[in-house]
Amino acid sequence: MDQTVFLFDILLPALLQGLIVTLQLIVCSAPFGFALGIAVAVGRQYGHPAISWFCKTFVFLIKGTPLLLLLFILYFGLPSIGITFTAFTASVIGFILCNGAYNAEYIRGALISIKDGQMVAARSLGMTRWQAIRNVILPQALRRAIPGLSNEFIYLIKYSSLAYMLTVVELAGAGKQVATKYFLYTESFAAVGIVYLVLVSITTVAVNILEEKVAIPGTVRATPAAQL
Amino acid sequence: MNNNEIVLKVEDIHKSFGGIEVLRGVSFDVRRGETKVFIGPSGTGKSTLLRCINQLTIPDRGKVWLDGEEVTNSGARINHFRQKIGMVFQNFFLFDHLTALKNVELALLKVRGMGKAEAREKALTELRQVGMEDWADHYPAELSGGQAQRVSIARALAMDPDVILFDEPTSALDPELTREVLEVMKKLARNGMTMLVVTHEMGFACSVANEVLFMENGVVAEQGSPDLLLNDPQFTRMKDFIGRIDSRMSD
Repeated sequence: MDQTVFLFDILLPALLQGLIVTLQLIVCSAPFGFALGIAVAVGRQYGHPAISWFCKTFVFLIKGTPLLLLLFILYFGLPSIGITFTAFTASVIGFILCNGAYNAEYIRGALISIKDGQMVAARSLGMTRWQAIRNVILPQALRRAIPGLSNEFIYLIKYSSLAYMLTVVELAGAGKQVATKYFLYTESFAAVGIVYLVLVSITTVAVNILEEKVAIPGTVRATPAAQL
Repeated sequence: MNNNEIVLKVEDIHKSFGGIEVLRGVSFDVRRGETKVFIGPSGTGKSTLLRCINQLTIPDRGKVWLDGEEVTNSGARINHFRQKIGMVFQNFFLFDHLTALKNVELALLKVRGMGKAEAREKALTELRQVGMEDWADHYPAELSGGQAQRVSIARALAMDPDVILFDEPTSALDPELTREVLEVMKKLARNGMTMLVVTHEMGFACSVANEVLFMENGVVAEQGSPDLLLNDPQFTRMKDFIGRIDSRMSD
């Protein structure tokens, strides 16, 4: 079979189908993973001791077990107690939990780095604790968490391929199917790798633009350290 | 407005940290429009005292009243009292991610629930008061210490407080910047703002204070007009303290 025919008529259309599913997985997971990360980090750092303990335990469990295990439990385990998800939904839930737990750690690190004075000043003006967190602490902490969060987002792009283990034919899965059908492993997987590289490159550029856009004028973070 | 009316009443404040009694029963009354200056060696609880007044530090014992209402043990209503008791900090504590204007606006929008246009107008008025309206769109990291402190004074003023607590407002500033901040504070005092000021600036104390409270070992050791404490031979402890500062400076 002609290489060009294989590439343009078979491999790329299949990968495009897979890419669409991968993007759907990411778009459905990332916003909720981000929100969960904020909630868990704030809950752990500022919440009632019981809430704080709950958040800490959640992060501990997710960090301490393989994501694949979580996905298997969600998809193959839960039906035995009457909860059934589609493969896609189970994957998204697993990704949200995993992404959220790791995001929480990046955000918590950033929360800790905000000096006490910011909270003290906010409270001295009559803000409630929640108003201070929402309007003063989080806007600063989230800026500082961007490098970590973008890292975690890039992981999400890549570990979304685990959905294939739950029969979701996403990008890596589509590549695998073509590879096995035509016995062209190197070509297929190289092409899959290139698509992931492009996704990650786009993310990296987007994050750089975002960081510049939200940088606070006059601060060190707005100036590369090499200039100091 | 009755100028003799007591606006703030502080009664028998005690506070310990880890077994060390920092405040051992401090009481005083503040009349509307009055400026009281707290002077004394480091570690005698002056800053803690200010923080006990707006409950940023909860005193172990003692009470605070604002306009006849109890501030201590006020539960969630403390956020109401804190709007009425402004505070200015040694290290400014401006919100780093907001411009000078937004620093002043924030509590107006979120706490007072003002509309955007009104809050902006009010914030600009307060910045003008402290001579910072030309810097409204600059971020804290772009301001000098003196400018930052003036913005933080505007931020406190914006809430229309009954009293403002100044916690060593010029201790982080060099002499030139200290002067510009003290000028603003003098102007406020002249305009009738009620102020409690912890400072080491004797010149400011002498020219502005209605009363100086000299604190030592967690209590008010001497109390009176600056003239009285400096000139009346019956008062010695503050003069000793100032003498020690002066001799250290001339070393």
